Amino acid sequence: MITDALEGGFTEAPVQSARAFREILEAMARPGTIRRVQGATPPAPLSIAAGVALLVLADPTTRLHLAGEADCPAVRDWVAFHIGAPLAVAEDADFAVGTWEALQPSLRFRIGQPDYPDRSATLIVECDRLVNHGACLTGPGIETATWLNLPETAAFRANRALFPLGFDTLFTAGDRIAGLPRSTRVEAI
Amino acid sequence: MYVAVKGGERAIDNAHEWLAEERRGNPAVPELTIPQIREQMKLAVNRVMAEGSLYDPDLAALAIKQARGDLIEAVFLIRAYRTTLPRLASSRPVDTGAMAVDRRISATFKDLPGGQVLGPTFDYTHRLLDFTLMAEGATPDQGSPSPLKGQGRCEDETRAPHVTGFLNQDGLIEEATPSDTMPPDLTREPMELPASRALRLQALTRGDEGFVLSMAYSTQRGYGRTHAFVGELRIGTVAVEVDIPELGFAVEVGEVELTECETVNQFKGSRTEPPQFTRGYGLVFGQSERKAIAMSLVDRALRWQELGEDFTGAPAQDEEFVLMHCDNIQATGFLEHIKLPHYVDFQAELELVRKLRAEAGAMQEAAE
Amino acid sequence: MTEHLAAGAYNFAYLDEQTKRMIRRAILKGIAVPGYQVPFASREMPMPYGWGTGGVQVTAACLVPEDRLKVIDQGADDTTNAVSIRRFFQRTAGVAVTEATGQATVIQTRHRIPESALKQGQILVYQVPIPEPLRFLEPRETETRKMHELEEYGLMHVKLYEDIARHGQIATSYAYPVRVEGRYVMDPSPIPKFDNPKLSGNPAIQLFGAGREQRIYALPPWTQAVSLDFDDHPFETSKAPHDCDLCGAKDSYLDEVITDDQGGRMFVCSDTDYCAGRRARGMKGRLWAPEPEGAA
Repeated sequence: MITDALEGGFTEAPVQSARAFREILEAMARPGTIRRVQGATPPAPLSIAAGVALLVLADPTTRLHLAGEADCPAVRDWVAFHIGAPLAVAEDADFAVGTWEALQPSLRFRIGQPDYPDRSATLIVECDRLVNHGACLTGPGIETATWLNLPETAAFRANRALFPLGFDTLFTAGDRIAGLPRSTRVEAI
Repeated sequence: MYVAVKGGERAIDNAHEWLAEERRGNPAVPELTIPQIREQMKLAVNRVMAEGSLYDPDLAALAIKQARGDLIEAVFLIRAYRTTLPRLASSRPVDTGAMAVDRRISATFKDLPGGQVLGPTFDYTHRLLDFTLMAEGATPDQGSPSPLKGQGRCEDETRAPHVTGFLNQDGLIEEATPSDTMPPDLTREPMELPASRALRLQALTRGDEGFVLSMAYSTQRGYGRTHAFVGELRIGTVAVEVDIPELGFAVEVGEVELTECETVNQFKGSRTEPPQFTRGYGLVFGQSERKAIAMSLVDRALRWQELGEDFTGAPAQDEEFVLMHCDNIQATGFLEHIKLPHYVDFQAELELVRKLRAEAGAMQEAAE
Repeated sequence: MTEHLAAGAYNFAYLDEQTKRMIRRAILKGIAVPGYQVPFASREMPMPYGWGTGGVQVTAACLVPEDRLKVIDQGADDTTNAVSIRRFFQRTAGVAVTEATGQATVIQTRHRIPESALKQGQILVYQVPIPEPLRFLEPRETETRKMHELEEYGLMHVKLYEDIARHGQIATSYAYPVRVEGRYVMDPSPIPKFDNPKLSGNPAIQLFGAGREQRIYALPPWTQAVSLDFDDHPFETSKAPHDCDLCGAKDSYLDEVITDDQGGRMFVCSDTDYCAGRRARGMKGRLWAPEPEGAA
């Protein structure tokens, strides 16, 4: 258990986290585009992409919520060793990771304050797969329209209605990652 | 014929070379050593440590040497270095009551337990140039260290009680309640207003000495007057302790020299508080008493809201004004950046002014 | 000072990993709320505040070893501060550099947007002195934060309208404010208003860093950024009414160069790469002559 926890982090953090961040930046700046990341092998049930996103973005200054099956000893130990983020309940979290079902209800996550909309949660939603069809996405970062297989649309429409407040989302599946900031308009097709 | 200006790289290299030469000055004159600066320019070293927020006399001395004596530039070097250092631990709060005192004076009581100690001060020197210091090789005997050094350090009594503590016994001064709240860190979190007192004090202690001095002076002249008395000014060394969780107790990791000033200020009372004295506080690295006194006056002036006083519009009462402008590294960077090229924005202004003038001229002609 | 930045002495791209994570989080929040200024704990950099520390921190947080970096100041690659910043990243990140806009993956800029259209995959990082578009109307951060919260931008319109009343037109020629996606009013940094149309619907990611003021903000690709104006006084760009004297370009922003003390002047592209590229393709301006042999 302990030896497992020691593995699966970045071996060359400055460069690996730089490359991974660029992919995450592209994903968030161009909602719906699916990017690939590498460098981490977190314990199950975390995907490579979720592990990479946590290594790149979370640290002892951010509160992390592990939802559902992600809240297991192997993940806790791995997070403690590689990231050091204090674990928190959903309502206090800066980052939350788990399947969409495990993260429900999504309304409990921080949406920021009217004067500080940046103080909001980023959800890392574990998916079985990511493909460019499904809900139609429009808004900043999208030239005309794009499509992504979202787990649902109602929650993201409700989140968009809070703009400039709202949570932001990264979807992960294997080594793939896609972004859905609060600014994106979502329509079911 | 015009050839576009090239050679920025070479110009920079040449400038750096020339700068190094200028820093050294006449090679026939012996080069300053770091220990010389550290020991003989100690107050400059103190200021660089205080405004650089890094207690390291050797590095401060190095910075002063590298900066050719430009103290703000030296503070900048220290800050840029400090920001790259890992945070290994947070110390426990230092206990200035246990300070080994080199200087301790009170302007409010003629005598007090622990005594008044004048210490190494310029206060009663006559400001006459001492030409013996100029005579080469005629350095006064180094001799043994002053027998007076540390005379305030009582062998039997390890604590020098604070003057404000005496007033507190009689309920004459506001209670300063200790708190275990983790203070914010100005260097790790963006400034958020309104600021807590802890954050204000942090900004003031690393703020520019000249700026804090002028703000304090303005309160004395009536711009946010606080009727301050120096309850106590003390200078000396305190132990810095760090909790070691594995050991379950704190260990001393070193000591630092500090200047602490507590002012006692008149206060007429408010709806909730009876008339009593209030406090202003200053704490600065090294022997930096001008800064510590000034800081305590500005601290007190900034507390108007908490104490139910009126905001008179005085700059020293204005938290945002003071905190956003007291940092000399921010100030000097932005001030000096206007010497960078602004061709593009200036060209835009030039076009605008030409256009406005042309239109104004045309309108005048039409009117005539 | 930068001479001391020997390889290995500092982390990749200078900043420590924790600082980069903090900046990266701020960038992503900026992307998520276009035009909103995200506070970040700006670090003290080994260059002065006001000289691009915000841009440098954003660039440092974005760079990967495979990047090709271009740095411009006033549109030019060879101005001293651009040279200094480019060298900083060559030393601390070991990245390749270029002067060609089309070849660059990351471009750090002060006061200009390159003339050549940017494309997907590029990041344009702006150095920002005063990120708050309302600052010169209301100096207090506590007030301007409220104004953004409540979308109270009336003060800005009043100021622009006063200009019209007085001068017959809006007398703001650079750092001309834009409204982003109908929500936040944003300062585009002191670019000439000539460049404002390029902010909107740009395929590149645009990131803005203000070090001293501790703010990061962003325009994701294809984001709408509308220059503030009035129906009866629509926004207009402006430039010197000349062609470039070196390359003959009619459509580029021009620097005015004084050539003698008799009132002689010439106009040249502020974007040196654009101008050189045109000349390399054989385009000539009024005063162009090839560089003499052996000239530096």
